[in-house]
Formats: sequence, structure tokens, C-alpha cells
Amino acid sequence: MNASVSLHNRINTVVRDIPRSGIRDFFDIVTTMKDVISLGIGEPDFDTPWHVREATVFALERGATHYSSNLGYIELRRALSKYVAKHFGAEYNPDNEVLVTVGVSEALDIALRALINPGEEVLYHEPCYVSYRATILFAGGKPLAVETKAENGFRLTRQMLEAKWTPNTKLLMLNFPNNPTGAIMDRRDLEDIAAFAREKDLIVITDEIYAELTYDNPHTSIVSLPGMKERTVFLHGFSKAWAMTGYRLGYACGPAELIEAMMKVHQYTMLCASSLAQKAAIEALTRPEIDVGEMVAEYRRRRNYIATAFADMGLECHRPLGAFYAFPSIAKFGLKSKDFALKLLHDEKVAAVPGTAFGECGEGFLRCAYATSFDNIKEAMARLKRFTGKL
Amino acid sequence: MDELLKILATNALETHANIARMLNVPAAEVDARIAAYEKQGVIRGYQAVLNEDQLDLDKVTAVIEVKVTPQREGGFNTIADRISRYPEVSSAYLMSGGYDLLLFIEGKNLRQVAAFVSEKLAPLDGVISTSTHFMLKTYKRLGVQMHQESSDERLSVAP
Ligand SMILES: Cc1ncc(COP(=O)(O)O)c(C=O)c1O
Repeated sequence: MNASVSLHNRINTVVRDIPRSGIRDFFDIVTTMKDVISLGIGEPDFDTPWHVREATVFALERGATHYSSNLGYIELRRALSKYVAKHFGAEYNPDNEVLVTVGVSEALDIALRALINPGEEVLYHEPCYVSYRATILFAGGKPLAVETKAENGFRLTRQMLEAKWTPNTKLLMLNFPNNPTGAIMDRRDLEDIAAFAREKDLIVITDEIYAELTYDNPHTSIVSLPGMKERTVFLHGFSKAWAMTGYRLGYACGPAELIEAMMKVHQYTMLCASSLAQKAAIEALTRPEIDVGEMVAEYRRRRNYIATAFADMGLECHRPLGAFYAFPSIAKFGLKSKDFALKLLHDEKVAAVPGTAFGECGEGFLRCAYATSFDNIKEAMARLKRFTGKL
Repeated sequence: MDELLKILATNALETHANIARMLNVPAAEVDARIAAYEKQGVIRGYQAVLNEDQLDLDKVTAVIEVKVTPQREGGFNTIADRISRYPEVSSAYLMSGGYDLLLFIEGKNLRQVAAFVSEKLAPLDGVISTSTHFMLKTYKRLGVQMHQESSDERLSVAP
């Protein structure tokens, strides 16, 4: 039967032509192997804080198993509004400027769909989170990738944006602290970007899912800069700082008109985020932030260890300042990222994701997530050292 | 608390070189700080956290609540110190609330612990009363779960 051929031709061409995530391919290989130490996991190794899990069980017993309002429980939106005001320096009205979503993933998708007309351009920086290019394309936009560079700490500059901008550019997507590079942007870096966005009248979508995880400098959000709140959609969620990836909970804050537009897409496609997850999030936000601080301290120790270990084995790596990723250069070994990662996996049973999973300019790099136990990190570094010593 | 102490409290066997890397300080500094803590008596020793339930030991642990009369000089310290010196006492705390001292006692069997209480502890000058409870099973000790294997439910590679 040759039905598969004709089905292939019936798939939406945008969907058909987008490759599967490189992460997915790599995962398929890793799962066939035993006793692998993985530096490939982009989610916290910490358990979800116990009080949050407890609150989830309690919510289940109390019957929080029904739809919530489309925007999300008002109690949660109030807590989010307070949290964002306190930590990010922007005040949002919980009644119409906060939308609870199914992870930052959904928030990214509906922000793009709510804003993009067919063919409009979206500036974003690479290497970046695997979904950005695909979600822009799904929304009918035209992705304009801007390459950030290791020598510049993978920060974004105004010059880089100017080189790619056209009069048809409508949106700018930002993600700092960054997956996969661990880069952050300080206030001065962001001021240049903000000035550019204001001049070119761009809407900014800022994915700050790793905001709590910075190790040397405090996080600054672009929404706190003058004239930015009114043109910015701020995205955040519970996956990383609260180790709640499986809860699938995120949120968007922005000007009421934009949130209303996003709410429409959300209303017709998702209805609402999980009620149980929302109850858990209320608990996570309204309790002291002790758990987050402890996690950050532990990630910092691992970051320090990994940075020194790379230096000891002569692997060049810009200092990771946020999130839980290090992004060393492996270019000097003359292997493609993918081949390096596969060889490392086969020879030493260490999994790390090839930089190319995060955009073509990730060639020559390897993403090493340190969201794994210190013992695993020590062993992985010892193996990596042995491996690179033989190359 | 000093981060160095936190690291040691979770794994006292961590090498000083590794601790230095984690804290981003020279190894010699870690050596010196640990030596200073040992000298000051902040660090009193290093012990393994055992899951004794797994060892099939001839051993019972009792928790004893003790009411005492504080001494004219020295308050609770004098009597607490006298009680702590018995090798059977593995831990001793001054408590607020319904009793004064909380003791953890280890013995070979129930009879031995009972003998300790009735022959040594209760007759002490200043001890008013005791209430003894025997431990049946340890679920968590010193922050370590004793009966749960740690499990990682995460996928081996994730975005
Ligand atoms: C930069 C970035 N954005 C978004 C996400 C997805 O987050 P969520 O679990 O909230 O959908 C991730 C997850 O790895 C990420 O790294």
C-alpha cells in the first residue's frame, strides 16, 4: 500500500518541512544504552518541594478537579502579580494583565499566534531553546536568527539586531538566562536592546523561565526598563526554579490588549491550565522562597566545579552565569558537534547534547546541563577529561 | 551557615580539592578553614549515616523524657552534664515544654535499657521522673531517607 506517500503530501508543508528536535533524536539513541551519565537533561534534578506536592494532594482531596477561569484562578494571578512586581520590577493587574498557561511552551505559542500576521518577521537569538524557530513558523511568521558569540559571552547586542532587522520585523524574542548557553544580560546590555526595540517599535517577548537561577549577578528583566512594559510580553513559569516541569504551568504578563488577544487563542485551544497545577503553584508562590535559594546555592557549586574542570582539561568555555547549562567549545578537536557527542556517548557513556540542536551556530559546542547530582558531575568530568585527552 | 560547612554536613568525605572547586577558592584556603573549625570545636567529628535496620544488630534505642530539678548553681547544666557522661546516652537535649531533658539511649535489649533507667538514671539526685519510649523503625535520620531508594523519573535527555 502506498498510502504513506500520499499522506506525506497531505501534511501541512510548514509542519512537514520542520525537522524533529535534535534533542529528540539524541534521546532516542541514549535510551538504547545502559549506565549512561546524562548531562543532557534540561530540567532540575531536585524534587518538587515537598510542601508543593503536599498542597497538590490536598487540592485533589478538596476537589480542585474542574475547569478554572480561562485566565486562571484569580488567587494565583494575584500571587503572580505580586511575585512579578517584587522580583522583576513591573506591576501587572491580575484581572486582565496576567494569563496562566500550560507551561512557557504554550505561552510562547499563543503569544506568537496572537501577534503575527502571515510573513511578518521575528528576531530571535541563536543558539536558543529548541522550540523558538518552530513556533514562529507554525504561527506563520518568518524567523530571523541572530547569532550570539562565545567571545561575547553569548550576549545579544544592538549591532547584531540591526544587521538583521527589516521594516517588516515586528517582534523580538529574548531568553536570558539562556538555554543552552547559560548567558545572561545585565542592565546595561538590556538598555541597548530596549532602546532598539523602542526605536523600531518592536514588540518584545521575553522568556525569563530561568530568572531565579543566576549565580554571580542578580537578574534584570527588560520589562523593568523605561518604556518597555507597554511593548513587552513577559513569560515565566514553574518548571525550573520550582522543579515543577511535569505540572506544565507557566504564565504571561503584558498589556491588557495583548493578554486579551492571547487569552482568545488560549480559550479556544486550551480552555485553561490544569487546576491542580494551579493550586500547587499558589502554594509555591505564597510560601517563603527558601527552597529556591537552596537550589540556587547547589547549582552555583556545581557550576563552579564544572567551570574549573573544563579549564583543567583545556576545554574553552565562557563562564556560565545563569540557568543550569555550560556550553563549552569543542571546535579544536575537529569533530562536528554531533559526532563528538555520539563518540563521547559510545566511548565514555556520557550524554551531552550537540550544540547544533539549538541552531546551526551551535556547531562546535556541546551543551552540558549540570542539573544532575554532584557525584554524577564528578564522574562525568573525569570521563570527559579522559575522552578529550585521547582525541 | 558557612557554605563549606553545608557541603561537609552533606558529605564529609568530599575531597578538599573538590570543595575548593565548588566554592571557587584555593584548596589551601579550604584546608585552613576546615582546620580552624576543627580547632574551634565547631566540627566535632565525622560519622557515617548508617541504616541500622539493615544490619540486624542486637540493639535497641530508647527515647527518654526526663523531668529534673535545676540545681542552685549551674541550673540544668550540672545534671544534664552528669547524665550525658553515661556511655549509654547517645544524645541529650534540653527541651521546652512538658519535660526538661530528652535522651537517646542505646542498649543491647529492653532489659538493659530498663536497668539503666531504674538503676542509674532515676535514682540520680535531681531526677524527678522519667518516661521511656522504644524506637521501632527508622524512616529518616540526619536528613537521609532510610527506606526509599532515590529514583530519577526524568527522561535521559530533555530540552
Ligand atoms: C528557554 C526555555 N523556554 C521554555 C521552556 C519550556 O518551559 P515549560 O516547561 O514552562 O513549558 C524551556 C524548557 O526547557 C526553556 O529552556
